[in-house]
Amino acid sequence: MMNSDSSLSIKDSTYAVSTVVKSIMTDFRISRPNFFSTPKKGENYELRADLNSEYRDRRKDAIKKVIANMTVGKDVSGLFPDVLKNMQTDDLEQKKLVYLYLMNYAKTQPELVILAVNTFVKDTDDSNPLIRALAIRTMGCIRVEKIIDYLCEPLRKCLRDENPYVRKTAAICVAKLYDLSPNLAIDNGFVSTLQDMVSDANPMVVANAVTALAEINESSSTKDIFIINAPTLTKLLVALNECTEWGRIAILAALAEYKPADSKEAEHIVERVVPQFQHVNGSVVLSAIKVIMIYMRAIKNEEAIRQLVRKMAPPLVTLLASAPEVQYVALRNINIILQKRPEILANEMRVFFCKYNDPPYVKIEKLEIMIKLANERNIDQLLSELKEYASEVDVDFVRKSVRAIGQCAIKISEASERCVNVLLDLINTKVNYVVQEAIVVIKDIFRKYPHKYEGIIPTLCQNLDALDEPEAKASLIWIIGEYAERIENADELILTFLDTFHDENFQVQLQLVTASVKLFLKKPQSAQNIVQRSLQIATTECDNPDIRDRAYIYWRLLSTDPQAAKAVVLSDKPPISVQSNAISSSLLEELISNISTLASVYHKPPETFLGRGRFGADAVQRRAIEEQEEASRESPIQAQTKTNIENLLDLDFSDTNTVNSTTSSLPSSSKSITQPTANVDDLLDLFNDNTITSTQSSSNIQNNSVSNDLVNLF
Amino acid sequence: MASAVFVLDLKGKVLISRNYRGDIPMSAAEKFMPLVLEAEEEQQAPTPCFTHEGINYLYIRHNNLYLLAITKKNSNATTILLFLHKLAEVFTEYFKELEEESIRDNFVIIYELLDEMMDFGYPQTTETKILQEYITQESHKLEIQVRPPMAVTNAVSWRSEGIKYRKNEVFLDVIESVNLLVNANGNVLRSEILGIIKMKCYLSGMPELRLGLNDKVMFESTGRSPSRGKAIEMEDVKFHQCVRLSRFENDRTISFIPPDGEFELMSYRLNTQVKPLIWVEAIVESYAGSRIEYMIKAKAQFKRRSTANNVEIYVPVPDDADTPKFRSSIGSVHYAPERSCLVWKIKQFQGGKEFLMRAHFGLPSVKNVDDPDKKPPIGVKFEIPYFTTSGIQVRYLKIVEKSGYQALPWVRYITQNGDYQLRLPESIKNNKMTPI
Repeated sequence: MMNSDSSLSIKDSTYAVSTVVKSIMTDFRISRPNFFSTPKKGENYELRADLNSEYRDRRKDAIKKVIANMTVGKDVSGLFPDVLKNMQTDDLEQKKLVYLYLMNYAKTQPELVILAVNTFVKDTDDSNPLIRALAIRTMGCIRVEKIIDYLCEPLRKCLRDENPYVRKTAAICVAKLYDLSPNLAIDNGFVSTLQDMVSDANPMVVANAVTALAEINESSSTKDIFIINAPTLTKLLVALNECTEWGRIAILAALAEYKPADSKEAEHIVERVVPQFQHVNGSVVLSAIKVIMIYMRAIKNEEAIRQLVRKMAPPLVTLLASAPEVQYVALRNINIILQKRPEILANEMRVFFCKYNDPPYVKIEKLEIMIKLANERNIDQLLSELKEYASEVDVDFVRKSVRAIGQCAIKISEASERCVNVLLDLINTKVNYVVQEAIVVIKDIFRKYPHKYEGIIPTLCQNLDALDEPEAKASLIWIIGEYAERIENADELILTFLDTFHDENFQVQLQLVTASVKLFLKKPQSAQNIVQRSLQIATTECDNPDIRDRAYIYWRLLSTDPQAAKAVVLSDKPPISVQSNAISSSLLEELISNISTLASVYHKPPETFLGRGRFGADAVQRRAIEEQEEASRESPIQAQTKTNIENLLDLDFSDTNTVNSTTSSLPSSSKSITQPTANVDDLLDLFNDNTITSTQSSSNIQNNSVSNDLVNLF
Repeated sequence: MASAVFVLDLKGKVLISRNYRGDIPMSAAEKFMPLVLEAEEEQQAPTPCFTHEGINYLYIRHNNLYLLAITKKNSNATTILLFLHKLAEVFTEYFKELEEESIRDNFVIIYELLDEMMDFGYPQTTETKILQEYITQESHKLEIQVRPPMAVTNAVSWRSEGIKYRKNEVFLDVIESVNLLVNANGNVLRSEILGIIKMKCYLSGMPELRLGLNDKVMFESTGRSPSRGKAIEMEDVKFHQCVRLSRFENDRTISFIPPDGEFELMSYRLNTQVKPLIWVEAIVESYAGSRIEYMIKAKAQFKRRSTANNVEIYVPVPDDADTPKFRSSIGSVHYAPERSCLVWKIKQFQGGKEFLMRAHFGLPSVKNVDDPDKKPPIGVKFEIPYFTTSGIQVRYLKIVEKSGYQALPWVRYITQNGDYQLRLPESIKNNKMTPI
């Protein structure tokens, strides 16, 4: 990069000087390629000398070195005034580097930034649109209050620039300004200019105007900054076909916010959006799908809906050919879409079969979707796939595959026997974690189909010794208690567990207490010892209140009225059902409105992860500001640099103080976060829900069975 | 919308970064690696996006680097991840190889690119060809200052004006990749063709192009029938941004002003019921603690007049296999212990032919039983020129430019393997001692 012309810059020096310089330059040339060399003592001192050198190339190299230091995280903020002096240059690369430096250190040297204003303003008048745009873009990034006032005039000019490249950059700059000072952006008429720019002849300008307006609208308290009316709608639909991929995403996002007047209008807009399914950019495709999913709420025409659903399937499937990270986001979204419109991919289960080299996070999402798509017709194929996955090496994936088999059994009763057989095959592999997982899901199958598969109990009991996970143990003990009358050696089995009662996890202990009571009620003669022992241990030697209390309840029940105890403990329990709507309907609608965003990936409403308080959005911003302020405080050379200020530029500082007071209303204050109502809805849903949802955690079993027992009591 | 973008090494050290919005402390990047490791430790596969203390992390892996974006808003995750991929692509096109070294060597230009490709967290110009017109490695050598190319903001944002060629030519490559998944019983679970049409465009001025394919939907909608051969039904089609999507939606016309030089015009996907082009059967016999034997049969299930070139069949073998012995009726076989597989290479594999190969490996007498066996599938690589599985045909390519020059289009067809996996059947276990 360093060219041999460097000697040209020193041609008019005297011979003596130039030889000296030449020798320095040669030295420099040797060390130069390594901008990241280890810091030497007084490096900043040397850099300062170079930055003030009379030779252009030397100054430029020094700037590069400064930026290199900045890149590796060294503090070079002390060189601020020296770097600043190099801002006025015809060398575009050098200008960009100085601008970059300014963006990074403006916060640490707020009172020095003002010195850059003159050059900035001059650059926004440059004959080269590249420099005009660069200046306005950078000015917007310098988040220092003092500079904001100086930004307004150049910005006004740039918004009306004849060159679309400058206009599109200025459009984004309005959003930057609004972020720092909403009032200034509105009072200067920038926001309304932005609204006019939606009609700009250039699609890229339209796209950025829409982007900026959407952002401003979101952070405004009134939410009335960006309202789409009929003429804007037409403009957006035209620009949609003309602008770049990223612009299309912005326009589609804006369309998603629009509320169509009636079914007819919705159909009309949808017609214009559907062609975007053919765009190569997956984000354009997913944004288009989001618009369609939202508009379908308004479309009354059944035939139109069916057409749309049909058209949506191929682009969704094609998203699975993207990079794995994008696939992951697509899969999380397909999961949501399927819950709303299960018919969309009804015949496409094969495309979700896992490939050996899929990353784990993709495999697990595919698994979820396959369960959703499982039906009587494809279950055989799915089971043979799941069996295959259960023999892979990734333990987490194997467990989830085994669970999926159980979920299929509960979901499709016609196939439950086939599922159980596959699980038995898997138990026979004797692979420890497979066996344990299989037992956990078989317990759920028993709860769904009571007394149907008792024949397999002996096989399960054979694996008793292999169990070391609490959940698997608890599941098997539950099965033993529930089917005690069918298991000859049930008392022996329970006894072996009782011996190690103290070492067991509490969910195993709870199951043991319950199982021994069941055993006693079913086989009073042989199990009296057992029940006494287990209740004894649980009430006297156990400090877990849940276990103690439950043991006391059983004890009193048994001693007061054994018949009543029988009615309570051994009553028939309602079979469980798989909750196919894992997401509540109110949350589902919210997630559909958020397709392709982080909310759709987390399956959580945005408020829950944007949050409030210590980790809330405002708190994060505050921390960002603090971090920068801290950096400025730590900056060691700052004090001494102040002395350099005067001789740099002749600027009158007296009015800067007034600037301060007018612009002190910082944007973060205006960002009020609306409190989520969805959370409350979810809770309500929970309470309205009187079917018992099947969750695999067996701690739920206990709760459920307890509550059932109680219900039956009254 | 991203607040900041980072490039990190595998240890999580930030190599270069750009703060776009100043609303998240840049020190957030220091938490990235510990969070990923934490997820791994909990046996949960770390996902490409996660949230921690109000900050959302989205990342991709490229070679030995992480490209990370952070945001505190409910941003468009697809956009951010695709932008990171685009970033990696542009860097690669600029520096040939994107790795730690090239980042250090090119930090100035990387800053310039980061500044140009994203503004306030919103992606801007991301086309390498256009970026290269005004961000160059030798910009300071230019006598004249560069200006933003018209293309940056034109409706035609992918092509500059004033392009001139003495000879106007277009080369079309129709490349079909076959994705196949076969289970251990030999049943085809999935078979899919991903086709792309690549274009090398050497045309002057602002030419208008129209591409005609034997597209079934197009024939049906116009009521015509294909003049010869059959029409094909594409399940999904994706186009380069130069193609007018609304015209395609209306009458299936593919019309566009192409970028200059090489680009991918379109891609399409279809499911096929055709026989797998290269079929591989395997019989594995293992003698625990002594040896394992493979018999592999490969068959080319396409027409005799076509030939598959550079066929490579990858058969997985146990990690601890040793002393390989091979016998094959054609081609060469070698053992690739670093990938735990044997590779059978056949330079030319004519359609309809069938070949056999036998392999024999020794196994150590003691084996760690706790180690579950990985079961990777058999993979196949191949290339069949002058042939497409789908039967897609380019019927015409019309080129109209106002200067009225004649241009020649050339078309080439090729079929190759995509994700081509055949699961290996369970080995026949012989635990008894066999007579010598």
